[in-house]
Amino acid sequence: MSRGQGWRRAIVLAAIAIACALPFLLSNFRLFQFTQVFIYAIALLGLNILTGFNGQISLGHGAFYALGAYTTAIMIDRWSVPYGWTIPVAGLLCLTAGFLFGIPALRLEGLYLALATFALALAVPQILKYFEHWTGGSQGIVLSKPGAPLGLTLSPDQWLYFVTLGVLILLFVLGANLLRGRTGRAIVAIRDNPIAAQAMGVNGALYKSLTFGVSAAYTGVAGALSALAIAFVAPDAFNVFLSITFLVGIVIGGLASISGAIFGGLFVQFVPNWAQEISKAAPWAIYGIFLIVFMYAMPRGIVGALRLAGARLARFRG
Amino acid sequence: MEIFLQQVVSGLATGGIYGSVALALVMIYQATDVVNFAQGEMAMFSTYLAWSMLNAGVPYWAAFFATLAVAFVCGVVIERVVIRPVENAPVLTIVIVCIGLLVILNSVAGWIYSYIQKPFPSPFPEKPITIGNVFFGAHDLGALGVTLLVLLFLYVFFRYTTLGLAMRAAAQNPVSSRLCGIRVGWMLALGWGLAALVGAVAGLMIAPIVFLDPTMMSGILIYAFASATLGGFTSPGGAVLGGLLVGVIENLVGTYVKFIGTELKLTVALAMILVVLLVRPSGLFGRVAVHRV
Repeated sequence: MSRGQGWRRAIVLAAIAIACALPFLLSNFRLFQFTQVFIYAIALLGLNILTGFNGQISLGHGAFYALGAYTTAIMIDRWSVPYGWTIPVAGLLCLTAGFLFGIPALRLEGLYLALATFALALAVPQILKYFEHWTGGSQGIVLSKPGAPLGLTLSPDQWLYFVTLGVLILLFVLGANLLRGRTGRAIVAIRDNPIAAQAMGVNGALYKSLTFGVSAAYTGVAGALSALAIAFVAPDAFNVFLSITFLVGIVIGGLASISGAIFGGLFVQFVPNWAQEISKAAPWAIYGIFLIVFMYAMPRGIVGALRLAGARLARFRG
Repeated sequence: MEIFLQQVVSGLATGGIYGSVALALVMIYQATDVVNFAQGEMAMFSTYLAWSMLNAGVPYWAAFFATLAVAFVCGVVIERVVIRPVENAPVLTIVIVCIGLLVILNSVAGWIYSYIQKPFPSPFPEKPITIGNVFFGAHDLGALGVTLLVLLFLYVFFRYTTLGLAMRAAAQNPVSSRLCGIRVGWMLALGWGLAALVGAVAGLMIAPIVFLDPTMMSGILIYAFASATLGGFTSPGGAVLGGLLVGVIENLVGTYVKFIGTELKLTVALAMILVVLLVRPSGLFGRVAVHRV
């Protein structure tokens, strides 16, 4: 077991080392794409905590992403708050919003929860356009990219990349600790057998709404980072397809796995581009075929397939 | 009062359409326990087939029934070819496959037929019918009538035929049905075929109102979800009634509540779903799911 953990630690460290080297190897545009991958990965981890680990399906996480993005945009644009402060505020706001939404969601299960959250995702662009005074209506809000602090010779894209990477590592470590401990076991127990979990003294209602809150907070932080990275927020960017993309990301990456969020992020960022390159006429048809083939080949996502391959390898050796 | 009646009538007309798509959704859910996100796109594609036939000079009703036949076969084929390999995978995997199907159908339709809106003929006369001072669009009435006919057909099919009974049994308890000699896999395929057929009827009835383009169903699918939720995902009649309710409430609220107007109409429909779900989680007419402990 300790050998496996050693390997895992080595892989994580190597991945971080590669991630730190990327800004000096790639063009600004490619780097921006990787920043996006990390942002998606944070959002996907958030959704995965809720859907993968806790078993509550959400088709509405685009709403929390939007809330995070707009929190940052409005704070910077209207109140000139330094951007660094807006990220935790966005996270806390989404934590509260998610917790509050999680309370009525307690009554719903499976399909019905998916539909209720779907409704939330659908309503977002309209609501954002309605409160024009705050959100700038359909024009959105234009921000300027924050530069690197004094003394660092990094371009804004490189700086944002490192900020995102830092937040990603922090949130993944927090997430891993949360899920590995007592709380994580309670969260998974509620998914697998709610009645047994209750009987063991797990407060189901509290844990479920708290999980909803934490999940929304992750997604909100991702939204805040995306507002900084793109330097623009507009209602139509937060349509229902964003929420569906998140769901696609966690299922492709692997449900109930932490590293799955990274693979999912890579998929949702790069596969549409590849599809575009393969066929200009019908790129989404190619994307759809990719999705279906992926699901046939790895019904439990990329991490599921890797685990299976690892298990086969171990059996082959031993 | 006249405005009120007029709004109710036009609400019923659009509601009938929401109801017919909702009916198709509920059918697949009943038969297979899957919410088919590609339902709207399947209907859209069938409507394009009908359009091609009409353009080639086929008379309307011939094209109508030919489209239904093709849609049924396509539904069965999709289940056999696309859904069957992931039948035993987790539910979310099936959902993702449906989403893949959605983007494929949408993209291919755009590729073949372009994204330009096309007018689509209605089989009903253009002249509106007037009773007092209220106008009834002939197409609206006709569409509502067709939806109710489909509902009646389904009711009879599921209530009084052996095949219908077998399909219901296969959905409710696959293992026992298998032991009784019902071919469960084929029943699922038939369910998809029937739902594709119902969807095609809905598409053909909607196209004259919203015009034909590859995205025509996305807005309607959302309302169909709302209707199915309101009526209950386990009740076909409830889904149609839910559609009518959503149509009427949406219109009345848009007209009379100034704060909402047309901008927040969709939000109101969605708020309605949330309230219904919170008060009656299985919808107005749905069966309450019973868990064995």
